[in-house]
Amino acid sequence: MRRTGARVLREIFLPLGRMAVFVAGAGALFSALMCVLAFLCRGSGADKVLLDTQGVNIVTYTINNLPQVLIDGVTLGFVYAAIALGYTMVYGVLEFINFAHSEIFAVGAFTGVEFLIGMDKLGVLKAAGPMGSYLYLTMALVVAMTAAGGLAVLVERTAYRPLRNSPKLVPLISAIGVSFALQDIIRMVESLTTGQFYRVFPTFGNFDTRLPLFSLPTGGQDLTLVAIQVKSVVVIGAAVLMLVGLNYIVNATKIGKAIRSVAQDRTTAALMGVSVNAVISFTFLLGGALGGAAGLLYALKFTRIDPYVGFIPGIKAFTAAVLGGIGNLTGALLGGIVLGMLESFAGAYLGTYTRGAFGSEYKDIIAFLVLIVFIIFRPSGLLGEQVSQKA
Amino acid sequence: MRKPILIIVSLVAVLCLAPMAVMAQTQVIKIATQSPLSGGMSAVGTDIKNGAQLAVEQLSGPLAKLGFKVELAPFDDQGNPDTGVANAKSIVADPAVLGVVGHYNSGVQIPSSEEYHAAGLVNVSPANTNPKVTDRGYAEVNRVCGRDDVQGAVGAQYAAAKGIKSAYVLHDKTAYGQGIAAYFRLEAQKLGIKVLGFDGTEEKADFDSILTPILAAKPQLIYFGGIFDQGAVLFKQARQKGFNGMFLSDDGFDSSDAAKIGGQALLDGAGTYYSTVSGPASVYPGTAKFLKDFKAKFGAEPQPFAAQAYDCAAIVLKAIENASVAAGRKLPARAAVTAAVRALKDYKGITGTINFNPKGDLTKAKYFIIQVISPDPDKWSSNKIDKTLDIAPPQ
Repeated sequence: MRRTGARVLREIFLPLGRMAVFVAGAGALFSALMCVLAFLCRGSGADKVLLDTQGVNIVTYTINNLPQVLIDGVTLGFVYAAIALGYTMVYGVLEFINFAHSEIFAVGAFTGVEFLIGMDKLGVLKAAGPMGSYLYLTMALVVAMTAAGGLAVLVERTAYRPLRNSPKLVPLISAIGVSFALQDIIRMVESLTTGQFYRVFPTFGNFDTRLPLFSLPTGGQDLTLVAIQVKSVVVIGAAVLMLVGLNYIVNATKIGKAIRSVAQDRTTAALMGVSVNAVISFTFLLGGALGGAAGLLYALKFTRIDPYVGFIPGIKAFTAAVLGGIGNLTGALLGGIVLGMLESFAGAYLGTYTRGAFGSEYKDIIAFLVLIVFIIFRPSGLLGEQVSQKA
Repeated sequence: MRKPILIIVSLVAVLCLAPMAVMAQTQVIKIATQSPLSGGMSAVGTDIKNGAQLAVEQLSGPLAKLGFKVELAPFDDQGNPDTGVANAKSIVADPAVLGVVGHYNSGVQIPSSEEYHAAGLVNVSPANTNPKVTDRGYAEVNRVCGRDDVQGAVGAQYAAAKGIKSAYVLHDKTAYGQGIAAYFRLEAQKLGIKVLGFDGTEEKADFDSILTPILAAKPQLIYFGGIFDQGAVLFKQARQKGFNGMFLSDDGFDSSDAAKIGGQALLDGAGTYYSTVSGPASVYPGTAKFLKDFKAKFGAEPQPFAAQAYDCAAIVLKAIENASVAAGRKLPARAAVTAAVRALKDYKGITGTINFNPKGDLTKAKYFIIQVISPDPDKWSSNKIDKTLDIAPPQ
């Protein structure tokens, strides 16, 4: 198979198209469901409360909030997707769940943020112009990806490779152990100087600016401005770039072909002259780098990180990977977007629809309930385990 | 045959040495502190320990004259109830400990103080404001700060005076945060402020979906009952999503790290205010020397509650001294120290004259409303005090 120009283009635009379809499809589906629900709830107690306190009926309220909910959902979805790819790739080649991936994510977040804090102390961040701030963010991303990718390879070499031929549960336990160990190592290292183990993403550049998109009339009196933060655009943009890059590596390069062959059949791949150990290391490098970048993007979006920051996003990304069909790259992407949307919708509307009985803190319960029901009916996930495309 | 001999020898040795130790009169008395020394709240927690340490170093002279050596035993409760209770168990197991200064979080103090209560060990708290801390009526538990039922109400009254008509209330689901948020809501509704929502969350990073219904409700004020490590992140994200109203929080917000996290977002719009039971140390008339000594020893301005911790340790030291004198200059029992703390009359602390009521509350506590005036964490202690009130606790 020669690498022709058309093929390269195909491998770049196909995933882009898929992402667009997934985002639009999931967004449209959830919006439609929500609108139907709003129509059904007309005249309910929640409707009366809204009319009473805000002067809008429940249908207008739901529609007015949709754009913001969709934006939040997509942003979160891409973060989940970037982490989920790490789980799914490792599962593809080794068929075990790398529970330490959430700490790889945290290490990426911490190294990137520490790099930026260092730059901030030198005073170069404040002085950087608009282009400069993006340059520093890119450098921080590279630092985060290098550290996280390197660590993932190290973890694989020390904690998983010696156990590769043991029963499946053994490396799983090892992964959980690595996860705890890494959490406390981060905690120890970060609290060396001041005793404080959380870090704050420095303020620089124009990431906090809001770009106004359009306005919606609210209850006839004032306008609701729908806006997107620059940092959300950065998060989505960076995640899309990385996902396209990953897809290209896996589907259109020699090493990608090697990864796919190891995923299909490790023994036969070895017989064909594929260096299995190197391929597995490279898989961890890719997954770890992606997770580390996701960590820094997460810190950019949400400001504050601590050593346990990876746990919840890690669990959710793992769920996203299962939802999409574990071992399936496209599935992880779809699963991440669907889960991000689900969470965003549940968080935004739950409190209003239940008149405050279940606040937005129940969003995870709703999201996971839906997932459980879904998995019962389709245990192999949305796209199933496409064995031929595994990893 | 060896073992019995060994036991007899050691018994004899102990019997000989024990009276000698008493005669030498260098008995060690320990004062334990419990506060978060690591983690997100360690800035405040460490200064609670430092305040107590300064008091022990400066004020243990009278006890030294009675022949006691006073030591500080700092414990890290990590702001975590489990850790706090585990520490409490080892504190009460050490007979040398005669008093506990501590806890920053009411949610940690309440279960931990059950251990102190069972052991009859006195606890003087610099910062725990939840009503339940003293409402259980334990003789061992005292505090030198105000209460949340008053503090929440003070916040609501201030909001009403500022012309606020609608508010959205969030809390952190802890005994402290949820408690104070509920008292805020109660008073706000009495004063005619519309409470558009009342939600709890343990989220520390992603407030997106929590903020959607809040922003849709368009409140003039967002109230957060909880600690700054959540509150400041919430306020920053709310501002970034276009909220222009006022932020109001509680004494948990009072840390320079809030400015480090929130930055300029706290000053934009209608600004950020917090109620507290502990003003910056400089507002208390007796703290000039404390401020100077603290800065000389620890190299930084004291965080909130450091001066209160100093007073707590001072009270414990004074009570031990009184109890020891009453017991004929001997090591006093824990129960005697407990009683001596309550018996103190008009004790001149650096944060004011201290008298405890039968529940362990101050007979009159100070409450402040403070406005954040700078995004610079180093200028936190010069935040503007908008209002100072002296209020007696509810009986």
